[in-house]
Amino acid sequence: MNTVAVVAASPAVTSVMPPRRVLGAYLAEARSECLRYMRAPGFLLPILLFPGLFYLVFGVLMGKSEGADAARYLLASYSVFGVMSPGLFGFGVSLSLERDGGLLTWKRALPMPPGAYLLGKMLMAMGAAAVVVLMLLAMAMGLAHVVLAPAQVAALLATGMLGVLPFCALGMLVGTLIKGQGAPGMLQLVYLPMSFLSGLWFPLSMLPKTLQQFAPVWPSYHLDRIALVAAGIVHEPVLPHVLVLAGFAAAFFALAVRQLRRYG
Amino acid sequence: MTDTIVARLAAAAKRYGSLTALDGVDLAVRRGELLALLGPNGAGKSTSISLLLGLIRPDAGRAELFGLDPQRIEARRRIGVMLQAANLPPTLRVGELLRLTMSYYPNPRDFDETAALAGIADLLLRPYGKLSGGQQRRVQFALALCGRPELLFLDEPTVGMDIDARQKLWSAMRALVAEGCAVVLTTHYLEEAEALAQRVVVLGQGHVLSEGSVDDLRKRVALTRIRCVSDLDAEAIAAWSGVASATRENGHLWIATAKAETVVRRLLDADPALSELEVQRAGLAEAFTELTRETTVEQEAA
Repeated sequence: MNTVAVVAASPAVTSVMPPRRVLGAYLAEARSECLRYMRAPGFLLPILLFPGLFYLVFGVLMGKSEGADAARYLLASYSVFGVMSPGLFGFGVSLSLERDGGLLTWKRALPMPPGAYLLGKMLMAMGAAAVVVLMLLAMAMGLAHVVLAPAQVAALLATGMLGVLPFCALGMLVGTLIKGQGAPGMLQLVYLPMSFLSGLWFPLSMLPKTLQQFAPVWPSYHLDRIALVAAGIVHEPVLPHVLVLAGFAAAFFALAVRQLRRYG
Repeated sequence: MTDTIVARLAAAAKRYGSLTALDGVDLAVRRGELLALLGPNGAGKSTSISLLLGLIRPDAGRAELFGLDPQRIEARRRIGVMLQAANLPPTLRVGELLRLTMSYYPNPRDFDETAALAGIADLLLRPYGKLSGGQQRRVQFALALCGRPELLFLDEPTVGMDIDARQKLWSAMRALVAEGCAVVLTTHYLEEAEALAQRVVVLGQGHVLSEGSVDDLRKRVALTRIRCVSDLDAEAIAAWSGVASATRENGHLWIATAKAETVVRRLLDADPALSELEVQRAGLAEAFTELTRETTVEQEAA
């Protein structure tokens, strides 16, 4: 204890942070965020298990009679379904629990660089999305004999990793509106109906006409269209869908930030 | 003078709906001092700390950290924080939490030195969620001091700690103050404030009730306690002039008085066989009770 050096530097010097250390803080935050969820199987397993299981049953086993086209179609749709959950739950549930448990308050009192907390969660969600898409790709190509060009594989992966972002923003918004244990239930209420109504489980053509017409209201519908293009099933311009998703993300994020600023 | 003040509230007021949590509080924390913030529940301690940390904004008045808005990151880089309740990520190891928190600061304390100072060197590889409550508090203390702060906020730091851990934390706090670090301490344990604080601010119902050294605070309570073994009748003594109260407990006679010398002389005259005489000035606990009781009575009367 005697070796403790007294900070002799003037106050102005001690509070200046070199850019390298600021970057280090962002990296440390992202690393911790990824580590803590890697070590929480209760979080990661359901995210991987549900789309994986669905695809195994409907895409691989039942799809045998329908041929590789059905397996290809479901690869795109279940990728979107699988990618939504790390966004919604990874962001929403953890944020609402951490608001409730005082972690967010503590972090706000600390000199954590602005946004590092959200950036860390975002990277974690993108990583989990990549794992989900890679798992489904492996099942599609290995078990269901879907043939994909390397460019299509890359496009699907990119769709998943970037497509998780609007759902991060939506999860964040729900997480700022609901504190603590109520968030998972609320997020299920958003997640499952939205997946169903955007044609992620059954093709939209099997749904009633009115519901089909409403589908473009849901962000997941637009991500599904992009994924279908990426998998080479439909051919249409993706830019309108990208813009719609960017708009959703910006709106959800802005609302969530406003909510956080006001109520913490 | 102003450059020695590291944090201040100036006429700060905060309301939650119809409840006034703080009503025009002035508070200054000076460089290198240990300031204890005392008060019953709901007195405004946590609100004061939240204002100084920039977690909430005052409705009126100002809050400053190092002369800056507390929400400025430059100001927060010079503080360390231990809050009452913070559920840290349970799956992260203690060492990982420490490194993460260190990364926020420009010039953090050495990793091993921090661990030694907070007494967590043996916990570094353990996941945070597997620790006992007292161990978790020690880790939170380590995270508060790892940034080499000039000002440390400790909100009820020793709750849930055993006596040994509490003593260690006290000595670590003394070492930090000796380094020149200012500390704002809130606590329910008055002996903690008595042992550590250079200055004590007592809050009650959103106001500053008293401010000064521990001795100053004690002096506000004129009563002295006398304890002895004697056959004298407690009720008779209670009627003596200058005696505030007299009771018999476990064979001991307890007398509270503002005129200890007179009463002791009269006691010795009245009972030559009197033994085990002890005279004690009121502790902080008595002073505190007296102080907060006075205001309650005043406010009820008003």
